[in-house]
Amino acid sequence: MIEGAWWRKWVFFYVPMALFLLFLLFPFYWMVITSVRPDGELYRPWNSINYNPFWTWNPTWDHVRYLFEETLFASWLWNTTFIALASTAISLVCGVFAGYALSRLNFPFAGSLGTGIFITYLVPQTLLFIPLAEIIRNYRLGDTPWSLILTYPTFLIPFCTWLMMGYFKAVPKELEECARIDGASRWQAMLYIVIPVAIPGILSAGIFAFTLSWNEFIYALVFLSSPGQKTVPVGVTSELIRGDVFFWGPLMAGALLGSIPVAIAYSFFVEHYVAGLTGSVKG
Amino acid sequence: MGQVVLREVNKFYDSVHAVKDVNLQIRDKEFVVFVGPSGCGKTTTLRMIAGLEPISSGDISIDGNVINELAPMDRDIAMVFQNYALYPHMSVYDNMAFGLKMRKFGRPEIEKRVRETADVLGISELLVRKPRQLSGGQRQRVALGRAIVRHPRVFLFDEPLSNLDAKLRVQMRVELKKLHLRLGTTAIYVTHDQVEAMTLGDRVIVMKDGVVQQVGEPLELYNQPANKFVAGFIGSPAMNFAAVTVTEANGSLIAENSGMRIKLPDETAQRLRGYIGHEVTLGVRPEDLTVAGAADLDRPCFDAVIEVVEQLGSEILLDMKVGEGVMVACVEPTARVKVRDKLRVAMRPSRLHVFDARTEAAI
Repeated sequence: MIEGAWWRKWVFFYVPMALFLLFLLFPFYWMVITSVRPDGELYRPWNSINYNPFWTWNPTWDHVRYLFEETLFASWLWNTTFIALASTAISLVCGVFAGYALSRLNFPFAGSLGTGIFITYLVPQTLLFIPLAEIIRNYRLGDTPWSLILTYPTFLIPFCTWLMMGYFKAVPKELEECARIDGASRWQAMLYIVIPVAIPGILSAGIFAFTLSWNEFIYALVFLSSPGQKTVPVGVTSELIRGDVFFWGPLMAGALLGSIPVAIAYSFFVEHYVAGLTGSVKG
Repeated sequence: MGQVVLREVNKFYDSVHAVKDVNLQIRDKEFVVFVGPSGCGKTTTLRMIAGLEPISSGDISIDGNVINELAPMDRDIAMVFQNYALYPHMSVYDNMAFGLKMRKFGRPEIEKRVRETADVLGISELLVRKPRQLSGGQRQRVALGRAIVRHPRVFLFDEPLSNLDAKLRVQMRVELKKLHLRLGTTAIYVTHDQVEAMTLGDRVIVMKDGVVQQVGEPLELYNQPANKFVAGFIGSPAMNFAAVTVTEANGSLIAENSGMRIKLPDETAQRLRGYIGHEVTLGVRPEDLTVAGAADLDRPCFDAVIEVVEQLGSEILLDMKVGEGVMVACVEPTARVKVRDKLRVAMRPSRLHVFDARTEAAI
């Protein structure tokens, strides 16, 4: 910790911390304030007398109501939830098994296979969506949730595999060996010992995967076309920006409602999540 | 029953020959200890017996059945690991019950066995706790309990006491010994600590560089080490060695180097007849050196200068310069000595060891 004169703590800790927080939280604040501000205030020119961009005295639910009554926001929310949960589940199952195999089973080329999987994660989506679009079209999956549920794992599985590999490596090998001497087969040792011990890692991989697919934009934009099939990020931006007119109120309300589930997921698992990142298994 | 036989067992890691031609017969109910410096192959040997490491060549059998290809779960053994390897997400009870559950024991039988074992080890109050809520000594007991509860044919211990502090280690050592006397199950124990090896083992196996150096009862290793390595490894403080040349004068043999010239006792001289004019290594334990008094005139003696005096209370360790070499003597606490004293040191003639300078084997 910072020691010495009383002001040192303020200068070197609290003030920088406060600036940092302000910097990070301001966009969020802006989103909240915009989504409850009436249109009359939103489109007021900056040089008018009562211009006050940071606060409103007339909060309104109009934008949220508009979102649910005039757009398909409810179905976008449902689509996003379904797609994110399904693709996360697929990726987690594959990632956990692949990560276990790559870190624990000594088979030829395990190391280079692990690196290979990581490299696929580095291929940019903006490049990958072109061939993927071709595949989606050939399988006639375009404009269905499955076009995303099956393509999101292309980047989620490498991600989960890599994260779980690191986590499994941190689980002491002796735990598994002891279980196998105790009478468990390799499969049982994994199921009863290694996976339960790796729960924090699995949770953090799950949260990450969920967030990535919840916020994903390019694939959703390309593979989905009818308004009723869209996800929140695509629906909000494509339906609430018409031409060069930005419907700022509903736009921000949509962004706010779209970010809440992720925020809840984070705060709910935050302890496990931190344990997962620091990868600590204390025996 | 729990008779373990290793026949011509070898282990290769790629090009490294980690364990070389190990032959051993471990009797039922015996407590044998593998001891040696790190990397000597003792843990690898244990892991091959456990089935955690494939055997490159040779056979391992338990009670006459070759188990080379058996999975660890089918070998009916139990192992205690250095870091205890307690399952962190299970209570102590579940940790101990896990092996029994895997083997499909009935619930009442599991309950009965776990409670009995917990009683024996004095951990009955801890059964509901999680491993992270236990102290090091308690974790050690739980790890032992998990092994005992299954009534296996053989116990394997991989440096189980090295993570404990010095005092607890001594205490657990005694308990382990008691436990073995009570259960009578064959135990194979790996350690790098020669004190543990000497105190626990019915027989001790000293290994170095993958090769078994000597197998024997603790006192046998101490009194008749097979080579210079065993001599230096067993016993604390370690045996003193001095390179000497053997010469003959007036019909008796003399060993000499820059700092000493001693007449070898007849019994030792007999064995050294063939080495006249050659160099050998003379070995003598610190506890076999004494400050020479009037009664020691007929003993082999040499002059030394004290460099360091280490008071241990029950004895004094003297670090001495002898010619160009150094030697340690362990003398009575009543000896009046101080640094830079010159003194005459006597050896107990019957306790002299000699080793071939080249092969290092005992002569």
